Amino acid sequence: MSAFIAVLKRDLLLSWREGGALGTALGFYLVVVAILPLGLGPDLNLLSRISGGVLWVGLLLSALLSIDRLFARDLEDGTLDLLLLGDLPLELVVAAKALAHFLVFGLPLVLLAPLLGLLLNFPLGATGVLLATMVTGAPAISFIGAIGAALTLPIGRGGLLLALLMLPFFIPVLIFGVSAIEAAVLGPASPWPAYLILLAVTLASLVLAPIAAAAALRLQFR
Amino acid sequence: MEAVRSHYTDLRLTAHELACLRGDRLVFDDVSFSVKGGEVTTLVGPNGVGKTTLLRALGGLLRAHAGTVTLETGAHDDRPRRVHCHFLGPQDALKSAMTVSENLVFWQHYLGDGAASKEALNEALETLGLVDLADIPAGFLSTGQRRRAGLARLVAVHRPIWLLDEPTLGLDVASRQILADLLLQHVAVGGIALVATHADLGLGPVRELRLGLEATA
Repeated sequence: MSAFIAVLKRDLLLSWREGGALGTALGFYLVVVAILPLGLGPDLNLLSRISGGVLWVGLLLSALLSIDRLFARDLEDGTLDLLLLGDLPLELVVAAKALAHFLVFGLPLVLLAPLLGLLLNFPLGATGVLLATMVTGAPAISFIGAIGAALTLPIGRGGLLLALLMLPFFIPVLIFGVSAIEAAVLGPASPWPAYLILLAVTLASLVLAPIAAAAALRLQFR
Repeated sequence: MEAVRSHYTDLRLTAHELACLRGDRLVFDDVSFSVKGGEVTTLVGPNGVGKTTLLRALGGLLRAHAGTVTLETGAHDDRPRRVHCHFLGPQDALKSAMTVSENLVFWQHYLGDGAASKEALNEALETLGLVDLADIPAGFLSTGQRRRAGLARLVAVHRPIWLLDEPTLGLDVASRQILADLLLQHVAVGGIALVATHADLGLGPVRELRLGLEATA
């Protein structure tokens, strides 16, 4: 357990010290959301209706922007070799790194979302649902993204390929995240079924994604 | 973790008819040898003969294509071989944004058995002459200083098997002497040290494992 905490703390510290990447992600999120009303015109009803989906798509893209480097730095400086020599299973190393990614990138992006919602005339009453679905879904983005990061590690800059590869796995997160918000905003159905499925997707990815990502990393060491 | 360096008894690392692939290329095959605790063994041979590959296979970082590697630790221990090994590769596994001591403390937590021992950390910094550099981000170190910080890991975390790949890279004469002393101390307590090198380690005659046409030992 202490090794797990050590990896988590190290990744948090490094993100803090190295900075930059978070600013890029937040800035990208702002650009994606801010540019949309300009393209669609000032139809407040239309914007309000699509705002939940836009905020979710923006969150997904912004979080993916940084995840392709999840293992790359450790590979470059030889750290990955030594991470393999520890007592901690590689699966848990992956989990610690993905959790750090969520805390460093996912959470700030989620917290930015309600503010960006103002640009899209997002109904203020649904802010709670928006935050709840995003806090629930964002860990899945980090964990599923970790599989892509591990798979594309040998290629170097595999950002786009990662997004392509992992796209099918992100779709459920997106669909159920958005439909929970829509149910809450437009009714008449309850947002709970969609929310609970989103929760299930996240819980499954917390368990399964580290196994898949660790298997992909081990391919590096053939 | 005890303050006194632990003693290792009856260590023996054996490779039996080992063959390794890099990509699809067979780097070497039918390599058999045995090294026991208490002696420094150098791994020599021309470039590309597979010294690094062999070290990685011994440490469990690379799956052998054929053959087996076994480790006898003298005690009953079910843990995999990799948790007994230190590996020092061409990179020093230092995070540029973290200070030298933060790097070492991280490895103590990660590679050690839970607790980070302050004494071991100080011993590592003193032995490698890094005390004045302890609070400097590793990114500001020179090549030789980085290598010394990499070597400090071997002292900060006690592990019985040292697999060192070209450890003298970038080291000056004084630092090479420190490395030689470290190796002697490590084998004096019964540890295994396997060093792939082209340089003279300054240890006098040591056992040589020649990789090339055939491994002999």
